[in-house]
Amino acid sequence: MKQLTVISGKGGTGKTTIAAAFVSLAKNAVIADCDVDAADMHLILKPQVQETIDFTGLDVASIDESLCTQCGKCKDKCRFDAISNDITINIYECEGCGVCEYICPERAISMIPRKAGDAYISKTRFGPMAHARLGIGEEASGKLVSFVRINAKKLAEKHNKDMIIIDGPPGTGCSVIASITGVDMLVIVTEPSVSGIHDLERVLGVADYFNIPAVVCVNKYDINKENTQLIEKYCSENGVGIVGKLPYDETPTKAMLQEMTVIEYSNNDFSTKVKDLWENVKKHLHETSGHTLLTMAK
Amino acid sequence: MKIAIASGKGGTGKTTLAVNLALALEDVQLFDCDVEEPNCHLFLDLDLIKVEDVNIPTPEIDKSKCDLCGKCSEFCRFNAIAVLPKDVMVFPALCHGCGGCTIVCPKEAIIEKDRSIGVIDRNKNSSGGFEFYRGLLDIGEPMASPVISALKKHIDTNRTAIIDAPPGTACPVITSVGNVDYCILVTESTPFGLHDLMLAVDMVRILEIPFGVIINRHDIGDEKVEEYCNSQGITILMKIPHDHKIARLYSEGIPFISSMPEWKDRFVNLFETIKQEYGGVGS
Ligand code: SF4
Ligand code: SF4
Repeated sequence: MKQLTVISGKGGTGKTTIAAAFVSLAKNAVIADCDVDAADMHLILKPQVQETIDFTGLDVASIDESLCTQCGKCKDKCRFDAISNDITINIYECEGCGVCEYICPERAISMIPRKAGDAYISKTRFGPMAHARLGIGEEASGKLVSFVRINAKKLAEKHNKDMIIIDGPPGTGCSVIASITGVDMLVIVTEPSVSGIHDLERVLGVADYFNIPAVVCVNKYDINKENTQLIEKYCSENGVGIVGKLPYDETPTKAMLQEMTVIEYSNNDFSTKVKDLWENVKKHLHETSGHTLLTMAK
Repeated sequence: MKIAIASGKGGTGKTTLAVNLALALEDVQLFDCDVEEPNCHLFLDLDLIKVEDVNIPTPEIDKSKCDLCGKCSEFCRFNAIAVLPKDVMVFPALCHGCGGCTIVCPKEAIIEKDRSIGVIDRNKNSSGGFEFYRGLLDIGEPMASPVISALKKHIDTNRTAIIDAPPGTACPVITSVGNVDYCILVTESTPFGLHDLMLAVDMVRILEIPFGVIINRHDIGDEKVEEYCNSQGITILMKIPHDHKIARLYSEGIPFISSMPEWKDRFVNLFETIKQEYGGVGS
């Protein structure tokens, strides 16, 4: 089974549009939306949720005020400034380390599980889908991404699918790392702006760090052709393949308004280019061999 | 006063707005809190110097004192220490630096050593009153929040601070927008923009931060974002059209107020309006 993550470093490059198009072109795939704190894929794929699973992240400290003598030892030891002067816990700052519980001489603090989001198993018109919703301000995004990927894997085994297409989050931190470790290939969607180039370089750095093959797609390549050339040059110097260039086009926005993938929305030039892109991605994917599975929890 | 620029969805124009707003104002500090992918500096022609490393105190084990009792690994909730039958191993990338293992070790075999996970940079020459700070998380490091917290320590409460937050609504965003006086949420008029705006609105409401919305590229999709704001009584601070000139300048890394000066006044007015209502006394 192959796993493919579509990622971008920078947000707003058209990553989800492209990932959703791939999903509609793949014949036998499971979909995993790993952009868990701003998931958008469901707006196009309209999944029917079949199972909702509570996701518990890290525990959080809770103080029994009737036992607390306000000695302040917990506040002194908490390295995350999560305990205020009047000894209350700020749950958004608490990392759930458990130091305060250990240190409290009155045993007034206990660590309690907290729900950090929901994970979903769903059905879409293109096949099974694993996705999730991280609670606002939650920390365990890397952990939730790993959970979505486990669910996707189970779905693939159950339904005999030979591919998992993952829509990854922006950035380079924990949720990105959790979205790419152990996959067969990354498709990095970028745009020819100075920000796009900068973020592409950083995300290629992450791919290299975890030793994952990556290919690049330049979206809206015609908004700045000089910058597109810079990207092409950078990629060829670094041995990274470019699998496609897509022009600026209104099709993605129009398709989005109809809750469709660009492939469903139209047969125009743009969607033909996306189909070619997908063919190229498949070719590269079949050339990459399996990789050592690196696991990394948050 | 402290103003954060945030948005649920990435790529809506947060950084552009933060940079243009900061450049339109006097005596201002700009903070790039998108430490995973910081971009503000690409629009500012300035030299950066490193101010500090951001360190996580990470355990180191004195194996001559350690008797492999296993208390540290039992305590660690992040699986950052493993005690094996004949050895003990630390996984630095997983360590949150809570210090718990050091406290619980009965043999005093653990000492903490600083491990750098990123840096804070500043502009070399802050003459003219413009001060720029950014955080940069090292490639391969998972935890952005400590870098953001270190960055925000440089806020001078006597001045105006503009904070460019990372996308999303997870913990790095909360760390970035925590304690600000006002939050500007940037969105675009598409279904993705609307959906992610609603998440961002939930966030600022939970945090009880006053906020308003800027709709970027307000003419590309439909009217739903505006309808939503109106129905919720949310102030629409500004609407920016989809403009090829703005897009082109953005792609080149040029702040658009520098060649479209009419926007400068709009940003100044925007700031004055926010300041009057939410700036409080003396800020
Ligand atoms: S569990 Fe850790 S982070 Fe949370 S309040 Fe206690 S000491 Fe602070
Ligand atoms: S400092 Fe905390 S997180 Fe780090 S290894 Fe020790 S117990 Fe684990």
